Amino acid sequence: MTFSPQIEERFAKLLKRYPEGKTRSAVIPMLMYAQDETGAITKELIEEVAKRCGVTPLQVDEVVGYYSMMHRKPLGKFHVQVCTNISCLLVGGADLYEHAKKKLGIGHKEVTADGLISLEEVECMGACSWAPAVEINYDFHHHVTPERFDQLIAGLRDAGLRKAQ
Amino acid sequence: MAKVLYNEPSPLETKVISQRFGLEGSETLDVYLKTKGYEAFRKAKEMTPEAIIEEVKTSSLRGRGGAGFPTGLKWSFVPRTHPKPRVIVVNGDESEPGTCKDRLLIEYDPHQLIEGILIAGLAVDAHVGYIYIRGEYRYLIEKMDRALEEAYARGYLGDNVAGTGFKFDLYTHTGAGAYECGEETALLDSLEGKRGVPRMKPPFPAVAGAWAMPTLLNNVETFSSVPAIIRDGGAAYAALGTPKNGGTRLLCISGHVNKPGVYEVPLGFPMMKAINEIAGGVRGGKKLKAVVPGGSSCPILKAEECDVAMDYDTIAKIGSMMGSGGMVVLDEDTDMVGFALRIMRFYAHESCGWCIPCREGTTWLRKMLQRYYDGHGRKEDIDIIGEVSKNMLGRTFCALGDAAAMPTISIVEKFRDEFEKYLTRETVAV
Repeated sequence: MTFSPQIEERFAKLLKRYPEGKTRSAVIPMLMYAQDETGAITKELIEEVAKRCGVTPLQVDEVVGYYSMMHRKPLGKFHVQVCTNISCLLVGGADLYEHAKKKLGIGHKEVTADGLISLEEVECMGACSWAPAVEINYDFHHHVTPERFDQLIAGLRDAGLRKAQ
Repeated sequence: MAKVLYNEPSPLETKVISQRFGLEGSETLDVYLKTKGYEAFRKAKEMTPEAIIEEVKTSSLRGRGGAGFPTGLKWSFVPRTHPKPRVIVVNGDESEPGTCKDRLLIEYDPHQLIEGILIAGLAVDAHVGYIYIRGEYRYLIEKMDRALEEAYARGYLGDNVAGTGFKFDLYTHTGAGAYECGEETALLDSLEGKRGVPRMKPPFPAVAGAWAMPTLLNNVETFSSVPAIIRDGGAAYAALGTPKNGGTRLLCISGHVNKPGVYEVPLGFPMMKAINEIAGGVRGGKKLKAVVPGGSSCPILKAEECDVAMDYDTIAKIGSMMGSGGMVVLDEDTDMVGFALRIMRFYAHESCGWCIPCREGTTWLRKMLQRYYDGHGRKEDIDIIGEVSKNMLGRTFCALGDAAAMPTISIVEKFRDEFEKYLTRETVAV
């Protein structure tokens, strides 16, 4: 498999930062950064990471099954994560998630038909004092009301359209 | 020039580790150096490792990640003369519900964290460190990487730190979404590229941690507190707090208050003063019902228990914990069954599955609480929920089982009447 030059450069650095012979440590970062580019963690990617880190594909596969941010199926171009854990729950996070499901017409870990947006009810993301919180890909949004949520989604759809044109 | 912060600071704060928050360019080395940056490291370089550890002991700094273990003592456990090299690991996995402070320390003052790590490096003779940051905080990993690059470029990391001849390499490492990796041995397994499950102790990480090397592992906030301790002296830092509970800490206030936010207060600060004067009181003029004092794993306190000084020992005396500083405030209308259910849904999702009492216990408790919440509860369930929780206590490798059981036991015991009322009424939303 080949990746973009930026990812290749990152991988080269990753393999050098752990003590000698401990390249297995690069497995998780490599999967996380590769996933951003490939959209999902495929069998091919698992074998590639295994080869580069000098471990067996099974050792990579069992990691993929454990961590909640690793996805075997492609997510939407924009992955919308709504927190409903206690701090968000108390100030409308659960209602916001219900609103999100209706607005997008999809449920937990589902993707819109056009592949643009996916939704996930997530656990605490560390935005408790500025709840309710939504993270879209890696961007945090704080104090999100249903109205603000609709604006964010409209923004994503516009961005998706611009990309398509 | 001031920078926009996530929340307005409060005049009641005591700013030690958050003193640069809000300064324009606070994340740059230039601003750091202009504001006493690296004074502590230069001072530490002239001290013996024993003297550095003694100073940290004097400060009575305790771990800010949750357990509250005395930091100086932890540092003294790392064998400096061990044939294997020592490693420093920074826990930036920040996942305890209610906690959002390490984020700010990395975002606003990454060089303070770096300096704290370097001082720890001098104390335990370590020359490499890894900052483990949860995967959801990708933007922070990027900010930290930029700070590291700047430190390397300006000679504050690498072969000759600040021209002193001390060698230290520091890197970030991303997590991938797992609460369990906030537990120190699970974090080490994750750092080694494995599933994050806890290890059998002993050996403790101080002796055999990352890659079986002696490892010093502390929370982001703990390391960030070190420069002030060395610069101004352990005694001065200790004096800010209460006996055996030195210094200040970041309090993350969330829930039903008018001004939720992250605020720095001295240990021993009165809880009701924090709620009413710093956080502007319970919102909507409602009455206080309960407080989760230090993140979702801490036993809940009823309003009448909250007239208390916030330090580790005082909160422990009334049966709870200061934990990670995540203080969640609940008003009188909060549905406690729904609240208990949401906590258990979290722990059932995050249990790594390694220990049966936790894996099965959290799942069954989630199912029982869900049934209860849906209006199909039975009277005997109230006792069963309490009993199942108690049977999890102390029967697992790590503290996740306890973390799930403790708040549940406290909610069932302290709000039993609400569980009973649930049997005869329609389901209410939180």
